[in-house]
Amino acid sequence: MSQSFVLSHLRALEAESIHILRETASQFCNPVLLYSIGKDSSVLVHLARKAFYPGKFPFPLLHIDTTYEYPEMIEFRDRFTNEIGAELRVYTNQDAINAGANPYNLGTAKCCHLLRTSALVAGLREGNYDAAIGGGRRDEEKSRAKERVFSFRDRAGRWEPRNQRPELWNFYNGAVNPGESIRVFPLSNWTEIDVWRYIELENIPVVPLYFAKPREVIVRGQTLIPLQSNVKLLSGEQPEMICCRMRTLGCTPCSGAIRSEAGTTRSIIEEIISFRRSERENRLIDHDQEGSMELKKREGYF
Amino acid sequence: MSIAAQPKTVTLDHFTASGDELPLLRISTAGSVDDGKSTLIGRLLFDTKAILEDHLDDVKNSKVNRASRGIDLSLLTDGLRAEREQGITIDVAYRYFSTARRKFIVADTPGHEQYTRNMATGASTSDLAVILIDARKRFLEQSKRHAFISWLLGVRTLVFAINKMDLVDFSRQIFAQIREQSNTLLSLLDGVQVHFIPVSALDGDNIVTKSSRTPWYDGPPLLEILEAAQPGVDVTALPLRFPVQTVIRPDSDFRGFAGQIASGRLRVGEEVTALPGGQKSRVARIVTFDGDLDEAFAPMSVNLVLADERDIARGDMIVTASKEASQAQTVEATVVWMNEEPLVAGRSYLIHQGPRVVSARVSRILHRWDVEKLETRDTSSLSLNEIGVLEIEASEPLLFDPYRENRATGGFIVVHRISNLTLGAGLIERKSLNVSGRGPLLPEERLQLRGHSGAWVDLSQAHELIDAVERALLTEHLHVVRTEQPELRRFGLIVLTLGYHQGTPDVVVDRSDLHSAIVAIRASTILGALHVFGEREGI
Repeated sequence: MSQSFVLSHLRALEAESIHILRETASQFCNPVLLYSIGKDSSVLVHLARKAFYPGKFPFPLLHIDTTYEYPEMIEFRDRFTNEIGAELRVYTNQDAINAGANPYNLGTAKCCHLLRTSALVAGLREGNYDAAIGGGRRDEEKSRAKERVFSFRDRAGRWEPRNQRPELWNFYNGAVNPGESIRVFPLSNWTEIDVWRYIELENIPVVPLYFAKPREVIVRGQTLIPLQSNVKLLSGEQPEMICCRMRTLGCTPCSGAIRSEAGTTRSIIEEIISFRRSERENRLIDHDQEGSMELKKREGYF
Repeated sequence: MSIAAQPKTVTLDHFTASGDELPLLRISTAGSVDDGKSTLIGRLLFDTKAILEDHLDDVKNSKVNRASRGIDLSLLTDGLRAEREQGITIDVAYRYFSTARRKFIVADTPGHEQYTRNMATGASTSDLAVILIDARKRFLEQSKRHAFISWLLGVRTLVFAINKMDLVDFSRQIFAQIREQSNTLLSLLDGVQVHFIPVSALDGDNIVTKSSRTPWYDGPPLLEILEAAQPGVDVTALPLRFPVQTVIRPDSDFRGFAGQIASGRLRVGEEVTALPGGQKSRVARIVTFDGDLDEAFAPMSVNLVLADERDIARGDMIVTASKEASQAQTVEATVVWMNEEPLVAGRSYLIHQGPRVVSARVSRILHRWDVEKLETRDTSSLSLNEIGVLEIEASEPLLFDPYRENRATGGFIVVHRISNLTLGAGLIERKSLNVSGRGPLLPEERLQLRGHSGAWVDLSQAHELIDAVERALLTEHLHVVRTEQPELRRFGLIVLTLGYHQGTPDVVVDRSDLHSAIVAIRASTILGALHVFGEREGI
């Protein structure tokens, strides 16, 4: 029988991501993996375990906790990181929260800037990390499509899209001077469907919010907002029981659910194949204005 | 707990593609400003249904629309604010789409000269390049540049899409003219497979389906060519090259060399050499998280355990002992310069060959390419977007194969020592002449230094031609001697004899004219550096 020497699509993506993670561990003094609790983070952590096997992966996980995330996410975070024996660090922009930052009074754009973008930049600075690994994918959004695998950030954490380092072959230039850093995107070439297929193939645990079940939600425009203790009802709004799931995870006021019957990984994959709309559509913050992701990224958002 | 005790195992088919899965095809696109490249990609994404409805809504609702009719598909790929406003593509963007038969990654790279560096970046990983040409224009200098850079970086399938055919009434004659104009260029690019397609990206002619407006065109539409394209080279058939990224040592019993196989295949028990040290050992285990393998191949990421304790570190390369990679401190390389600050001979830079980082000095610039005339010119510096051939002296050996032979081990990037910027991309051509080298000359070194191989030429049947032959060969600066010792050909000399001895001459000159004698001698001594390295295997 003749042996095929062609890697399957998912194994080729896996091999590339492992290469990137090993480069990160080798080129930097103090790398950190930005752990957002979402499905992409679960995949990243799984790949990191593979990359350094039989050793442990040599960087901590950093969660930027806005304090407005779903309780199921925090539960999952603590259980998952404990099970795999990873070191979890949590950073919250406590000054902003003490000063009264919240999505209800400030609006989602300003709140997100304070509790995510600023918190991320401050958290990275506090930890003195020279590399931050994130789960960003180029298929998510137009400005992300131009992102390098090793993406340079200046001392203020800013991205300059017009002046990025050329990135040839699989050679990643991570050289930085003190205070500068690199954002690393090992999942750059993955698509949403690849992520789900890999979760299925490798049986990777993800937050149960991704799977459909009847939930109490508020219907606001096109978006379903699961009823959580801190979501404020607008006048005329009534909670309804709807079978739904989250396509991406974030803060309770900003990430909506979609109507869905997909209760298993397999049915989610089938659902995405039939979908004609992008996963970030229900992320309210990404649509504040035309080019809004690019503006946030320039300031330091992932 | 010892990790080595009872490893679980896994078979190779855990990693390999199932029968009908075609490998991913990486495409780069290039075109001059306004050739409609972003529109073409937008069209491919749109017609293969890779565009999601809300992204399409964003485009429909955008304040900008530069399309003469319908929606502006270029907005699907022009992602940055400045691009949308100025209507140009600034940076390389990666797009993903798939058909029922295959998955594709498109590197959409800008056409104007200022951003040529991004084009080289896109081409460095591509299997195929789509080069756009505006049907109303000619085969412009830009298109030449794009084809040449793609070829230099190892792309061996070029698809010329003659776009905006709707604006020239789908003229067969114009299509034929542009095709004709490209002939000179294409004759210089060896080993390429070329396609020409008349298209209208705006209307979708010959993109996904054959257009009824070009009945004279008998080739397939663009998407069909992309679906059927073969990746340039089977990297798994090249010799084993395994650049070591990191050493994994969780306990005193386990020491693994982690990396991604750059080329070739690898089996447990195989004899390997660690470069640059040259120590030999055997592969004891191929470890992955999923289990130990008996066998692995490029581009798998694995963790190797060798049978003997060896001092191997990040930046070293494990290679098959039966065909080692070259190592040299002085090399000749073609460099694409990507920074505003010019490259100057004598200056020192860092060279990154993946995990291997060495300090190096540009000892001289042999010439630069005039990509418009496709000729070489003398120069003492290389400016942004210029391409030149340099001699580089590294502080430690570079481990490589010539880029033409192996894309995974022949490339490097040039990095600034202080700003850390990536300044250029290099493609190693060959080991440089090494005057200060020690020890016996290797056959390939001798070949390089002399510029030709040795040969025994017997003129016993044409005594009267010997002076003319000697004169002609000396005029071409070939190393020729008249002697009765034909074995001197071993040292790279062209030996002229007048009478048979033991053994067989390479060339026997009979009573024909001088010209055919010289042609025969030229053919049996490999002449010219380009030639030499293309055919080194056969020497």
